[in-house]
Amino acid sequence: MNLDGLLSELERRVPADRLLRKSAQLAPYESDALTAFRSRPAAVLLAERQEEVIQAVRLCHRYGVPFVARGSGTSLSGGSLPVENGLVIALNRLNRILRLDPAQRIAVVEPGVINLDVSRAAAPHGLYYAPDPSSQLICTIGGNVAFNSGGAHCLKYGMTVNHVLGLKVVLADGEVVQLGGESLEQVGPDLTGFFVGSEGLFGVALEITLRLLPKPECYRTVLAAYGSLQAAGDAVASVVASGLLPGAMEIMDALAIEAAEAAVQAGYPRDAAALLIVELEGERIQVEAEFAHLMQVIEGSNPKTVAVAKDDADRARIWKGRKSAFSAVGRLSQDYLVQDGVVPRSRLGEALATIERLSQDYGLRVANVFHAGDGNLHPLILFNGRIPGELERAEALAGEIIQMCIALGGSITGEHGVGMEKRQHMPSMFTETDLQVMAELRRALDPDELANRGKMFPQGEAPALHAHGPHPLEAQGVISRM
Amino acid sequence: MTTLTILAPQCYEDVQAAICEHGRIFVRGASSKPALAPPSVDGDNAALLDMRGLRGVVEYEPGEFVFTARAGSSLREIAALLAEHGQHLPFDPPLVDQGATLGGTIAAGLSGSGRHRYGGLRDFLIGVRFVDGQGRLVRGGGKVVKNAAGFDLPKLMIGSLGRLGVIVEASFKAFPQPPAYATLRVTQPSLDAALTTIARLNGSNFDLEALDLVFEEERPTLYVRQGGFAAALAERQERLRSWLGGGEPLPEPEEAAFWSAGREFTWAPTTWALVKTPVTLSVLPALDQVLQAAGAQRRYVAGAALAWIAWPGDLGHLDAYLIQLQLGGLVLRGEAEWPFVGVRNGASLIARVKRVLDPFHRFPIL
Repeated sequence: MNLDGLLSELERRVPADRLLRKSAQLAPYESDALTAFRSRPAAVLLAERQEEVIQAVRLCHRYGVPFVARGSGTSLSGGSLPVENGLVIALNRLNRILRLDPAQRIAVVEPGVINLDVSRAAAPHGLYYAPDPSSQLICTIGGNVAFNSGGAHCLKYGMTVNHVLGLKVVLADGEVVQLGGESLEQVGPDLTGFFVGSEGLFGVALEITLRLLPKPECYRTVLAAYGSLQAAGDAVASVVASGLLPGAMEIMDALAIEAAEAAVQAGYPRDAAALLIVELEGERIQVEAEFAHLMQVIEGSNPKTVAVAKDDADRARIWKGRKSAFSAVGRLSQDYLVQDGVVPRSRLGEALATIERLSQDYGLRVANVFHAGDGNLHPLILFNGRIPGELERAEALAGEIIQMCIALGGSITGEHGVGMEKRQHMPSMFTETDLQVMAELRRALDPDELANRGKMFPQGEAPALHAHGPHPLEAQGVISRM
Repeated sequence: MTTLTILAPQCYEDVQAAICEHGRIFVRGASSKPALAPPSVDGDNAALLDMRGLRGVVEYEPGEFVFTARAGSSLREIAALLAEHGQHLPFDPPLVDQGATLGGTIAAGLSGSGRHRYGGLRDFLIGVRFVDGQGRLVRGGGKVVKNAAGFDLPKLMIGSLGRLGVIVEASFKAFPQPPAYATLRVTQPSLDAALTTIARLNGSNFDLEALDLVFEEERPTLYVRQGGFAAALAERQERLRSWLGGGEPLPEPEEAAFWSAGREFTWAPTTWALVKTPVTLSVLPALDQVLQAAGAQRRYVAGAALAWIAWPGDLGHLDAYLIQLQLGGLVLRGEAEWPFVGVRNGASLIARVKRVLDPFHRFPIL
């Protein structure tokens, strides 16, 4: 590795105000939304053009310097944590929507485009971009692509990978390749799909062709309260099994309800142990028929109360509570860990009961606000980092939850990615051979392992874990962790 | 050149052993896509794996809407099992009646008209197990509907034609099947008018299960399919009809028959080549001009995302036309030494992947 060689080349090519070197300038890049990990890069390049990214990647390759591409740094798995003394290529300024074609329902964007800005640009045409991570006000499409981000509305239309049709990428050794295209179909192998979710280990996406969807004609949003978390989980299993296909199904537990109420007064019933939000969407006539069916299933699931959004304002209020719940719970405790495991939907009630039991066993409060419809849990483990041993206990509890997800036939991550945080759990989910093949593929695309080195694979030295409290943006309520 | 040794693996270990013991490996399912079938002869020490013995559902929990099956399972048996529980694979995998297998469908990367609403095979395949060219049994993805762990190896298998690995098992998510369907047949005065209508529908909030453009005696005709509760369907169709300014509802038996014919390619002359070509609305006028002039038959399905081309002549000519239009295609039927026509991107990336998964060149080139 020849860091000086790289830096002097970059200094020659990039204006000084876009190559950050000073300690104070680098500090904001030391961690992402998973603040437990910190590491100081040698420099941050604020790229403005695709050509600069390509050049930087080629120079990193020539000088053997590891690099991390970064958008808004909202990764919850430490996915955009810098490599110590490596280069960070910041992509926020590559934020042009290059093309929006409503007739073909596609948008071609640069990686620094903010997720919600795609939907905003598409809105005048009655279209939207479906994946909606809770950080969508700030997270970038490039990061969404790298980590195959999800959101509350994955149930019907899938995650990021299901909405990416084509990519122009610079591979880690500097080769620029075009994958996929503008058609919904392709002739295989599906390289676009293979690149999405590769956590930055293959290279950097420079242009992304996204599929847009028409905005549904109408919504029906139902809010059901339950006497136990398990009952709410079982209700989800019943709705799924009934053959209905809601746009979203979300659960919040008592702690989350209380926090959300305190924060935004969503009008949730305060005595419920769990709340279930189910939202139907589509053509009005069909939705009305589905709604009648849904109400039968919900009535049969033994709810304490059931409410239906009367109008758009009512619906917005229900969702506001849900979307603010996470950061609201975060304010109950300076420190918390969030997990992202997935269990089969039919085992949801069982999984939630286990989490409740573990919470009691460990003497740590756990709040649950999560995407129930696809079995994607987000237990939020509250702890106090100042009490010796509490962080370690919280980590042990998180580990047990992940192991439970695997034992139930699920996954260690639904939408946050493996990153730094779940590397050590990869061997519980995949065999040595599976991981060996993945590592070989990584080296075939990045022989020197320069791109986002240290992520996903259970190897290498992790920086020490610290309890640091929330990300500054999260403390301000700009981003939230699910 | 000698005749291929034909092996019929019964378990995953048989596939691993066959690969380790042979210098060249070819794979076949039901041969429903003859252009992708292996040659009958090859060099010494070549084996043909007939995957049809490796069949059966490994895991299916109906309430979960996920199933795992061995690769040699036929689409027909999978569809029948799902139908018992009111479920289906909404992307409408083709060639069901021809006996197509699950593994073959993934390896060819095929989705049908039903991909219009919820996406194609790539959107429903959630996990695979395959044996690579070193005989290693590899798993990618998982058995839950949402999963972001590890590289997405299932995507690599889609359209890999058995040339990156031999798929032995796959997990899919299933969807509830609409209890009823209704289809509107709408004739169009010209191709341009038909494409304009498709663009209008794309921008509308009608929930369409499928949207195909076919030519009936060269007259462009749209078939627009809706699905859902029977009680709501008639009213929804009437609303669509009035929005479109016309259209004729297909009676029940014809409705199912039309979509089945599309799925089975019974509209394509059997002696002609059959080619899948991904397209977009904007390229269709130029493509259709070429196809019409050549006397080809064609269907543009899934809102004009996918062209099925029945080509009467030399595939070399189609190849040249597609290159001009910057389109690519996969030959499913017809004489072709190399199954791809037109342009292909990502070739260098495919080569890198292939060096990992098939370092000893046991599988044909990709």
